[in-house]
Amino acid sequence: MATYDWIFDTLGLRDWCDGSDAAAPMSMADLMSRTGSAPDASVWETPFPSMDALNDACASFPQSRDLTRGLERGFLDIKDSLSVVLDPLTQPLSWALEGALWLFQATPWFVMIPVLALIVALVSRSARLTGFILLAFGGLAFINYYDYAMQTLAIIAVCALIAVILGVPIGIAMSRSDRLERVMIPVLDMLQTLPPFVYLIPLIFLFSVTEPKLYGIAVILYAIVPVVRLTNLGIRLVDPEVIEAADAFGMTDRQKLFGVQIPLALPNIMAGVNQTIMMSLAMVVIASMVSAPGLGVLVLRGIRNLELGVGLIAGLGIVLLAVILDRSTKAALARVNAAQKQ
Amino acid sequence: MSTPKISVRNLYKIFGDAPAAALEQARAGMHKPELLEQHNHVLGLRDINVDMQDGEITVIMGLSGSGKSTLIRHLNRLIEPTAGEVVVDGENIMEYGPARLRRMRRHTMSMVFQKFALLPHRTVLENVATPLIVEGARRRDYEAEAVKWLDRVGLDGQGEQYPHQLSGGMQQRVGIARALTSNSDIMLMDEAFSALDPLIRTDMQDLLLELQRELQKTIVFITHDLDEALKLADHLVILKDGEVVQQGEPQHILMNPSDPYIVDFIADINRARVLRARTVMTRTDISPPEGAVEIAGTATLEEVITLGGGDADLVFRVMERGRQTGVLAMRDVLTALVGTEPAGAA
Ligand SMILES: Nc1ncnc2c1ncn2[C@@H]1O[C@H](COP(=O)(O)OP(=O)(O)OP(=O)(O)O)[C@@H](O)[C@H]1O
Ligand SMILES: [Mg+2]
Repeated sequence: MATYDWIFDTLGLRDWCDGSDAAAPMSMADLMSRTGSAPDASVWETPFPSMDALNDACASFPQSRDLTRGLERGFLDIKDSLSVVLDPLTQPLSWALEGALWLFQATPWFVMIPVLALIVALVSRSARLTGFILLAFGGLAFINYYDYAMQTLAIIAVCALIAVILGVPIGIAMSRSDRLERVMIPVLDMLQTLPPFVYLIPLIFLFSVTEPKLYGIAVILYAIVPVVRLTNLGIRLVDPEVIEAADAFGMTDRQKLFGVQIPLALPNIMAGVNQTIMMSLAMVVIASMVSAPGLGVLVLRGIRNLELGVGLIAGLGIVLLAVILDRSTKAALARVNAAQKQ
Repeated sequence: MSTPKISVRNLYKIFGDAPAAALEQARAGMHKPELLEQHNHVLGLRDINVDMQDGEITVIMGLSGSGKSTLIRHLNRLIEPTAGEVVVDGENIMEYGPARLRRMRRHTMSMVFQKFALLPHRTVLENVATPLIVEGARRRDYEAEAVKWLDRVGLDGQGEQYPHQLSGGMQQRVGIARALTSNSDIMLMDEAFSALDPLIRTDMQDLLLELQRELQKTIVFITHDLDEALKLADHLVILKDGEVVQQGEPQHILMNPSDPYIVDFIADINRARVLRARTVMTRTDISPPEGAVEIAGTATLEEVITLGGGDADLVFRVMERGRQTGVLAMRDVLTALVGTEPAGAA
């Protein structure tokens, strides 16, 4: 006798319950409870009227694993049609990632390291930072982690770039429409709070693990949030009197956007870009579980094979990359700020 | 009187979710406090009718929250009215589409803001040239014009600075130069000098009057400072709770305040310094007794008293353009210095 028999009896659903007795799948718990004699249920042990408890009372009532299975079935059913749309749409991402990986690895170190240092020198105008970059990459190369670092860097370059290219326009659109902002904020919150592993799950079903776009999408989804948020915020924070002046002098919406709003929001947008790059790095490491190459693979190897040294050194390499990326983008940000402090 | 340059007719502005319903109430005679209390709508402006003449400075004055900014923003449609129209050069601008409206904002009206509202990422020169840049002008096209106005407001050679490198007074000079560069007939100034300290403020008022003598623009100037209003105004409009309580020639308002609110407003000013002989005199062309001192119609009472040297029985001949337009007895001067009760309240 199950606790909640009376519900179905009083509702007159007993016939419906017994109608499809055989349909209910047998779970391990069911088997266990069959073998032992049912203990005397005290009031203290009254189960919550959960799906499983109700199923005990009425075999036709679905169990909770029917729910998860239903979700899975539904997903698998639409998967094929979803792939038809998503595959060609995301294919360029795979190409971009493959291209970047090839480029970063095929370029010899004696070209790559100076080029990177040059880029940093240009955006930061700081000799100290440039020296630090040379030293850091030299160090990574010396301990033979250069290739892994380049792979990670290549993926970050592609994913962060795409995140910015998509994120800035989304942020601008959000800043112009309160309705869109209301819709987008919960989505952004969700993307930011979902543990990264969770959105790897549907992606694994959708794409094959050998395709770079699998981790590409995961990285972009995770990293796009700050640049969207801060672009929206930055544009909304532009001094309303300056916007009024732009209107009063007859600027078109376009002139206002490119001549006033974006330039004045630039410090915030750049802060968003910095965050996006840092989050790409964090995600690339996690994405190693789904075949993303780079330093993350070494960390994973450290965990899997208990190779303590490999894992720690790779972790240190990631920290080094993080510092490099953070310092260079912050230096660029500082220059933007200096150019337009009020 | 000629046709006005700007004519505001039956203008209503109500802030809130359902302004149409609240508008009916306002039309039926409801005022700002009741409308807020009973309908939870803010009455921004209620039945405003003001004519602004070509080449004059119209000053709109009122306490904080009286609707001054709301009114001036209707003139270039930064705010849309709930009802009513604004006629500029004979055209109702409420009928303008977006493109026509932009053309008006570029060519007919320019604006100066309280907090300057300069573009912080552009140089002073580029800021001054904004009206031309908006039209697509290149640097070589706008440079001469922008430099001309920059020099005119006294900022020679500051063109390559950024706004944050200038003091407040200098920034507002840039704001004025920017408005002048558009070569528009109308200049809207929302508390343009309120953020400046008193000395700079006087300088700026003098600069504005000097420019006005030269350029003869139609200026709409907002202030909550009576001294500033009296110094600048050809036509003075006094707002309270979104309604015009009195408008007219400033000297006339000083002598004939129509409302206790205005009496309060003008109670603290130095009347001797703002009232003019012309306002207080008795209009006549009969000559006073021999020996009367001649004074100009524009002389302030302060000047008259100084001239009189303490003699309470003196009578002056008030002269304008070489002719006598009236006589002024010292007794009248003294009466005028004591405030007036509102007309009808006595
Ligand atoms: N967007 C708005 N929404 C609701 N109420 C508004 C809005 N803008 C102005 N108001 C109200 O309209 C009234 C007039 O405001 P306005 O800014 O025109 O006053 P003001 O005379 O310029 O005052 P100040 O001297 O402080 O600038 C105020 O009561 C204000 O609260
Ligand atoms: Mg105001």
